[in-house]
Amino acid sequence: MADQNVNQTGGRLGPPVPIWVRKSLATVATVAATILGLLFVTFMIGRVMPIDPVLAVIGERATQAQYDQTFRELGLDQPLLVQFGIYVKDVLQGDLGESIRTGEQVTTDIARVFPATLELATLGTLFGVFLGVPLGVLAAVRRGSWIDQLARFVGLIGYSMPIFWLGLVGLLIFYGILGWVAGPGRLGIFYQGIVEPITGMLLVDSALRGEWTVFRNAFSHIILPASLLGYYSLAYISRMTRSFMLEQLNSEYVTTARVKGLSEWQVVWGHAFRNIRIQLVTVIALAYANLLEGSVLTEIIFAWPGLGQYITTSLLANDMNAVLGGTIVIGTIFVAINIFSDLLYRFFDPRAK
Amino acid sequence: MTADTGMRAWLLTEEPTSRRHARLAAWYKGWLTLRSNTLAMLGLIVLAFLILVAIFAPLLATHDPFAQDLGQRLLAPGEGGHLFGTDNLGRDIYSRLLYGARISLYIVLLVVMVAPVVGLIVGTVAGYAGGWIDIVLMRVTDIFLAFPRLILALAFVAALGAGIENAVLAISLTAWPPYARIARAETLTIRHADYIHAIRLQGAGPLRVVTRHIWPLCISSLVIRVTLDMAGIILTAAALGFLGLGAQPPSPEWGAMISDGRQYILDSWWVATIPGIAIFTISLAFNLLGDGLRDVLDPKDDNS
Repeated sequence: MADQNVNQTGGRLGPPVPIWVRKSLATVATVAATILGLLFVTFMIGRVMPIDPVLAVIGERATQAQYDQTFRELGLDQPLLVQFGIYVKDVLQGDLGESIRTGEQVTTDIARVFPATLELATLGTLFGVFLGVPLGVLAAVRRGSWIDQLARFVGLIGYSMPIFWLGLVGLLIFYGILGWVAGPGRLGIFYQGIVEPITGMLLVDSALRGEWTVFRNAFSHIILPASLLGYYSLAYISRMTRSFMLEQLNSEYVTTARVKGLSEWQVVWGHAFRNIRIQLVTVIALAYANLLEGSVLTEIIFAWPGLGQYITTSLLANDMNAVLGGTIVIGTIFVAINIFSDLLYRFFDPRAK
Repeated sequence: MTADTGMRAWLLTEEPTSRRHARLAAWYKGWLTLRSNTLAMLGLIVLAFLILVAIFAPLLATHDPFAQDLGQRLLAPGEGGHLFGTDNLGRDIYSRLLYGARISLYIVLLVVMVAPVVGLIVGTVAGYAGGWIDIVLMRVTDIFLAFPRLILALAFVAALGAGIENAVLAISLTAWPPYARIARAETLTIRHADYIHAIRLQGAGPLRVVTRHIWPLCISSLVIRVTLDMAGIILTAAALGFLGLGAQPPSPEWGAMISDGRQYILDSWWVATIPGIAIFTISLAFNLLGDGLRDVLDPKDDNS
C-alpha cells in the first residue's frame, strides 16, 4: 500500500507523498544495492584467494574425513549463489568470522580498534574545515590575489604529495629535530592504563574523567598525524568552497546586495556564504569519509592502533576474514556517509525538493 | 620571425583543405593555447625529462642499482661518490631512483591501457544501447564508484598476491568507473546528432557507429580526466609499494624505497626523503599538465 501511495502521488488515495520521501525511498534501494554489491565483491575476493578456507580452519594434519566434514559445514559443497546467500546472512547478523591472527571475532577486534581511527579522522576533518572554509571563501572573494594563489598552491601540494611520506617528513621535523610533538603511538608509556575507557577515544575519555595530564599527552601524540591528515581535507574543502563561492558571487543577488550598500562582510558571509552551507556540508561529509580511508597509511607511519593498521597487519599475515571484515566496515561507512549527505541535501535545499 | 609564412600559416588557416589539414590545425591551435600556460608547460617538461631519464637510466646511473655494499651503508648525500647517498644495504640511491622512474612509468602505462579503455567500452555501450543495458551497467558503475578505492585495492592485492601487475590490476579495477560516467555522458549528447542518423542510414551497425564515430569524440574528455587522475594512480601505486604489496624487493620502486628508509628516518633522513620528492615531483607534473589540458580542451569549465 505504501507502494501504491508512492506511485500515485497526488491521487485520491490519501495525502500526497512529498517528492523527497519518494526520492529517499529510491535512495534506500540504492544503498541496499550498493552494499550488496560491496558484499559480492568481498565474497568473490574471498573465493579467488589461493588459501584453502578448509585448511585455514582445521589445519594441515587433519584427516580426509575431517576435511570433508568441514568442507560441508562451511557450505562449500553448495552452489556459489547459495554460498553468497549464507555469507550475506552472516554479515547482516554481524558475523564477520574469526580472525586467524588474533583468535577473536573480527567484529570484536574492529570495535576495539575503530575508536582510535574515528578520533584521528574527526580531528583531521575539524582541522580541514576550520582552515579550509575560510581559505576557500577568501580565495573566491579576492580572486587572483596572493591568497587565491596560496589556496591553489595548498591544493596542488595536497593532491600531489604521498601522505605516508609527508607523515615521515613531519615526524622527522617536528619530533626528531624540533621536538615539539610526541613520537609515534597514541600515548606515552607512563600514561597507559590510567584512564578507564568510555568511548575508546582517548581525548574524550581523559577529558570526561578529568585526567588532564593524560589529555595533554594524548594531544601531543595526536596533533601531528591529525593535522597532516587534515591537510588533505583542507586541500579538498578549500578548493570546493572556492568554486561554490565564485558561483554565488557572480550571481545577481550579490550585485543587488552590493548596490543596496551592504558591507562586504554582510554580502560575503550573510548572503553568499549562507547559500553554500548545504553544499558545503556534503563536501565535508565526503572529506570525512575519505579521511577514514586515508588514515590507513597515516596510522602505519604513526604506529596508530586503528582500523587501518588492523587491516594492513592482517593483510600481511594472510588473515582474510579480518581484511574483508575491515573492508566491509569502511565500505559501509563510506556508503552511509555518501547517502547521508545526499539526504541532507535533499531535505534542506528547497530546490532539490 | 618566420611567423606567418609556410607551415605556420598553413596550420592556422581558416579554410582547411582536407580532413587531415583541419585536424592538424586544431591540434596546433590547442598546442599554442597549452604553450601559453607556463605551469602546464613546466609539467610537460618535467614529464618529458622523466621519460628521458627512464629510457637512458643505464647510461646515467653511476652504480648498479642492485649492488649491495654493507661497508658503504647509509652514507650521506655526496659522500663516497654517491650523489644522493646510500640506503641501508649500501645501494646507491641516485641510481635506484633512475631505475625507479622506469617502474613508475611502466605502472602508469599499464593502468592507462586498462582503466580508461574499460570505462570507454562500458560507458559508450550503456549510453548508446540505452534501456535496461544502460540501467544495469550504470548501477554497477555507481556501486564501484561508492567503494573506498585504496581499501578495495588493498583487498584485491591481498587476494591476487603482491606484485606490480597485480597492483596495476587492483588500481584499474577501482579506477574505471569515472571514465565510464564521462564516456556515457558524451555518448548521450552525441547519440541523436544528425550525423549519427546519417551514418546509420548509410547502413552502419551499432559496432561501427560506436567505435568509429562515438569513441573519437569521447577521447578528449577522457584524456583530461586520465591526466588529472594520473597523480592519484601514482600515489596509490606508491602506497601499495610502501605497504609491501606492489613491487617486490629488491626492485627500486619509489614507494618501496620509502618503506626501506622508514626505520632510519631520524638518523638517515635521505633514504626515505629523496624517493618521496621524486614521487611528489611526478604527481605534481601530472596535475599541472592536467589542469592545462583541461583549459585547452574544455574551456567552458574555468573554476580551476
